Amino acid sequence: MLEIKNLHARIGDKEILRGVNLTVPDGEIHAIMGPNGAGKSTLSYVLSGREGYEVTEGEVIYNGQNLLDLEPEDRAAAGIFLAFQYPVELPGVGNANFLRTALNAIRRKRGEEELDAVAFLKLARAAVRSLHMKEDFLKRNVNVGFSGGEKKRNEMLQMALLQPGLAILDETDSGLDIDALKIVADGVNALRAPKFSALIITHYQRLLDHIVPDVVHVLANGRIVRSGPKELALELEERGYAGLEAA
Amino acid sequence: MTALPTKKLEAWRYTDLRPLSSIEFSAPPPAGVPALPELALPRLVFLNGVLAAELSSPLAFAQTFTAVAEESAQPLARINAEQAHDGATLHIPAGVDVGTVLLISHASGAEPFAFHLRHRITLGAGAKLTLIEIAKGGGVYWHNPVTDIVLEHGAALTHIRLQDESREAFNLATIRAHMAEAASYEHFTATIGAKLSRTEIHATLAGFGALAHLNAAQLLKDTQHGDFTSVVAHKAPSCASRQTVKSVLADTARGVFQGRIEVDRVAQKTDGFQLSQALLLSPGAEMDIKPELQIFADDVKCSHGATIGALDEDQVFYLRSRGIPEAQARSMLIRAFLEAALEPVTQPDAKTLLEAAINNWWVKQ
Repeated sequence: MLEIKNLHARIGDKEILRGVNLTVPDGEIHAIMGPNGAGKSTLSYVLSGREGYEVTEGEVIYNGQNLLDLEPEDRAAAGIFLAFQYPVELPGVGNANFLRTALNAIRRKRGEEELDAVAFLKLARAAVRSLHMKEDFLKRNVNVGFSGGEKKRNEMLQMALLQPGLAILDETDSGLDIDALKIVADGVNALRAPKFSALIITHYQRLLDHIVPDVVHVLANGRIVRSGPKELALELEERGYAGLEAA
Repeated sequence: MTALPTKKLEAWRYTDLRPLSSIEFSAPPPAGVPALPELALPRLVFLNGVLAAELSSPLAFAQTFTAVAEESAQPLARINAEQAHDGATLHIPAGVDVGTVLLISHASGAEPFAFHLRHRITLGAGAKLTLIEIAKGGGVYWHNPVTDIVLEHGAALTHIRLQDESREAFNLATIRAHMAEAASYEHFTATIGAKLSRTEIHATLAGFGALAHLNAAQLLKDTQHGDFTSVVAHKAPSCASRQTVKSVLADTARGVFQGRIEVDRVAQKTDGFQLSQALLLSPGAEMDIKPELQIFADDVKCSHGATIGALDEDQVFYLRSRGIPEAQARSMLIRAFLEAALEPVTQPDAKTLLEAAINNWWVKQ
């Protein structure tokens, strides 16, 4: 379970999060929607531990651990996975080597046996097939020369292999065509389990046609201003965000 | 002895030889037999600047060394000519492909000493050679080799150098390559050793359609100084030159890349390109880059690019967010940069040799 309590965060002098309160129970998928500049990406970065954000107040508890005390790699081992809005290119780093290093680093921290090259490749190939990706994906350098859709698929591949307890999708749907959108949705839906939860950060409702959320939250001006069932997303799509900030 | 160049000379602005000139170098001492690379290749071995016949392979195309007069005004080449009494002299006959040959220099001695090898390599029309040069050693010494290369019509030389000298040593190498029509010179230098080193290449593209690739990787740490200087003279039409120099600098190491491309009036359709990329691993590291283009023809393609920077923190965070510990993430990114630096080397023995040298550098890092 993820509990965010009165979270305040800033970049330099600029306060972006102004008291976010949010609870995501195990097994649930929550969507966070909101206008540009509301703090959606900041929230995802603060949760995953990116440098440059100063938390001035509040706490984030995940499965009883205070996430804010952990290094990014330890958050990953604890089960947090951030699917990036703009996945980073790593020239010279092969995708298979990257995935295996990440998987084994996490397995080591969790006290599990590391996978050898053969066992890893078997696992990775199966994941590649289930995401309808070409097998040469594993041989290419991480995200180098990938199309927008391929980069997002690569994020889903990483998520499938690392088996997180909490996936945060930061506008993963931006710039995707309908086929790629379905692959992202399938990637998340495939992980649905009593111990898996997800935060889907999105500007538009269309991804939520494919990943049906249990709860929709509206983030505006650095706070959750409204929460409701999945129908809230449709309402927002129709009426826009105007007027919500005062609510 | 001809005087050493000083920083007053534009070509020596970034490399100060005073640490060298303050040392009294004697003649090389007799050498013991060192551990040598185990590559199963025909080889010529020089110990403290003298050919060790018993460690070398009999090569039909190797000739006896003869002294030569130095015509250039280059100070280091003049000093070399004054002092040189040995070196490899290889004449590959026209049309012959002799495969790969190792050229090893090993130096060691208790007192500072200097040696000045002079290598001459001539490839007849259409001849082929891959030369892998390894320079290693221990102690304080000054290795001042000059390599003169002549490639006749359509000849192809692949020249791969691993400079892994003693950390107290000085290595100042001058390489001059002259290419006739359709000849190609593929050069790669990996600079890992020496306290202070410079590789200075003068490549002359003298015949239609000749090609020169002058690539380098410099891996320097502590207070090491490494300089890669090249002058490519395009003197005939439709020649191409390509250069990629990648440097990784740790601690207070300093790297230099000076690259000049000269395009003669007659050298139309010249295609010249150079790129220098440096990764600085500490705030005390320094990289100096000086590209120069001198173009007197009007129909040419010539460009250069340079980047100097630290590791990309977005890349580091991406790896960490996937569970990879910070130190390991940084090491992966540096390895990736180094591996990309080795891309121009395709000869399998050379690749293995350089990968091992880089790995060793990295482990000690």
